[in-house]
Amino acid sequence: MKAKSILGLVVTILLIALLLFTAIFGLTITNPITGEKYYFPKALDENYGVKRGLDLVGGSIISFEADTDNPSAQDMNAVSAVMRNRLDSQGYYDATVAIRGTDTVVIEIPSISNPEDAVQMLGATAKLTFRDSDGNVLMEGGTDVKSAAYRYGQTSENGNMQHYVELSLTPEGTKKFTEATTTISQKASGSNYIAIYLDEEMISQPQVSEPISQDTCIISGSFTEASASALANQIQSGQLPFGLKESELRSIGPTLGDKALETSLLAAGIGILLVMIFMLLFYRVSGLVAVIALSGYISLVILTVSGYFSFLGVSGTLTLPGIAGIVLSVGMAVDANIVIFERIKEELRAGKTARAAVDSGFRNALTAIIDSNVTTIIAAIVLGMFGTGTIKGFAWTLAIGIVISMITAVFVTKYIMKLFLNLGLKKPSAFGVKVAKEVQ
Amino acid sequence: MINFLKGKNVYFIISCAIIVAGLVAALVFGGLHFGLDFMGGTEIRMNIGQSFENNDIAAIVSETVGKQPSIQKSGDTEVSIKLEEIETEQRDAVVEAIKAKYNLSDNALLEATNVSASASTKLLTDALKAIGIAVIFMLLYITVRFDFKSGLAAIIGLLHNVILLLAIYAIFQIQINSTFIAAVLTIVGYSINNTIIIFDKIRENRKTNRRIPFAEVSNTSLNQVLVRTINATITTLLTILVLYIIGIKSIREFSLPIIIGILIGTYSSICISTPIWVLLGDKKRRK
Repeated sequence: MKAKSILGLVVTILLIALLLFTAIFGLTITNPITGEKYYFPKALDENYGVKRGLDLVGGSIISFEADTDNPSAQDMNAVSAVMRNRLDSQGYYDATVAIRGTDTVVIEIPSISNPEDAVQMLGATAKLTFRDSDGNVLMEGGTDVKSAAYRYGQTSENGNMQHYVELSLTPEGTKKFTEATTTISQKASGSNYIAIYLDEEMISQPQVSEPISQDTCIISGSFTEASASALANQIQSGQLPFGLKESELRSIGPTLGDKALETSLLAAGIGILLVMIFMLLFYRVSGLVAVIALSGYISLVILTVSGYFSFLGVSGTLTLPGIAGIVLSVGMAVDANIVIFERIKEELRAGKTARAAVDSGFRNALTAIIDSNVTTIIAAIVLGMFGTGTIKGFAWTLAIGIVISMITAVFVTKYIMKLFLNLGLKKPSAFGVKVAKEVQ
Repeated sequence: MINFLKGKNVYFIISCAIIVAGLVAALVFGGLHFGLDFMGGTEIRMNIGQSFENNDIAAIVSETVGKQPSIQKSGDTEVSIKLEEIETEQRDAVVEAIKAKYNLSDNALLEATNVSASASTKLLTDALKAIGIAVIFMLLYITVRFDFKSGLAAIIGLLHNVILLLAIYAIFQIQINSTFIAAVLTIVGYSINNTIIIFDKIRENRKTNRRIPFAEVSNTSLNQVLVRTINATITTLLTILVLYIIGIKSIREFSLPIIIGILIGTYSSICISTPIWVLLGDKKRRK
């Protein structure tokens, strides 16, 4: 019985130590036969570890609001598709686009150092129009232009090499273009031009001296390579169905993000250590049981947050409030232990044997633990559903923390406590009960 | 054994006094001290990398955008520029002008935040909605697990916590941002923990002591779970206090209301919720 319990205790502690080691340092296992290597990444692994939120890596969260009443869901999807295109064309493949509510699109771009450029690039309606000298719209980018591309070369014989944008027109666009150039070429000098506008900014104003009937046309002007390719990208990504208003920008530089992660992890570590010391001082052997269980709890939470259990559908992004959520859930995990231990002390004072006290302590504390945790989970779920951005991250880790803490506080603590009982733990003082009679 | 219920009128008066003081403070100061998230506006934080004069920065900003900013120094080299909401081009211009003046790289920009007025109203209504929904579900759960009166007592205690926290924020004019809402919801979720543990004990003791008056059973129960209440508060406070002491600005902004809220929550579960349940449920008492 005793030998079995020692074995159980050693195995449990080793298992928890292994989990904790993997969570903090990562683990590589080599298959001795095939020589294959299996890598279990640590939580802070740059590539395979926990997905860090923008507040920890730096980056920008940009929200745009539709500048129109009651945009349709279809239009909002179109907006989000255009945003995706624009982000991809700038190389922001890691960025995410999400629609919030009915009229807001939220874009998150990690590790970006010039957020205002992104706001301008993304927020432009990018409506391309061709107008005559009286301001009449002759052609529109949305329906008449098939694609746009950046080019470098001569735009006319004997012309200088320059940067320009080449548009290929749709059949309908070609027709309109032919008609427009026919009319305009007959106009008097000074008004025989087509003005090309991007939104309300004129970007080019070529003169038209003869009808042009081809399915391509070019936009030239005083472009640099960067500005010409940006324009081509903008046209190519498509125009928005309506204007957008920037409603929110939150941008965090990478240096601040690193500092945030470092200090909060340090704080979390110190806080957890203090809690462990408190438990040991106050509850003695029970406290030791709690410390072992708490180590198991912490490693499980870290591994869950790192995505080790993503096959269960649990994965997400760690944010700064998320770390606070984990720290807070440590407090709650210990709370469940305290409820149980106080219960055990009560039973011991009532004169029960250690074994009986532990049994009824766990049994009687269960309803209190479940009821109090369910109310907190309710708050966490509501937060997760209605919160935005970083608040969601907090709700997520808090909910994970509560669920895991209930499991470890009830089952793991109980299992370890039973092992200690088998090993001869029975003095009430070991549970932190101050009994004067014990001195006999 | 401490007789907690004896002083219930004193507790009620203390709580009411703080709430009234909060209302007065709100009138005097013109409400709560809402930050950027609720008021809308622009904040730019940069690391200048050398010592600088607030006036120099203010001059650059007003020259660039024609608006007077409020400048705050944090540490020796960091600056926080706050002003009413400005357009992205203008923000870009401000950052570029400061970078040019002090010869800085892209990394100098620590944080840029811009919130429009419409976004901030949405944030507030969403928050109130979230609190309302959370409260309703909790009331339902407690009613099912205990009874309606205890649910009501717990929820009154909960609202008391939130109102008291707001009162303290009004009195000391501490800045309120969006993380405050998360903190409030944390308190809503967590402070009810203590109440439930106490109520669970009362529920249990009532079953075995049917003859003893409700008030007496409640007081005994409060004493029985007192050590647990104190210890749970200490351990939770330990972790969140360290976060507050070591953490960066946004973490401190988040942990302060949680610290205050946990203290209020512990107080209210003993001194507000339990007496109210006793008052509500005491009608059957034999005279």
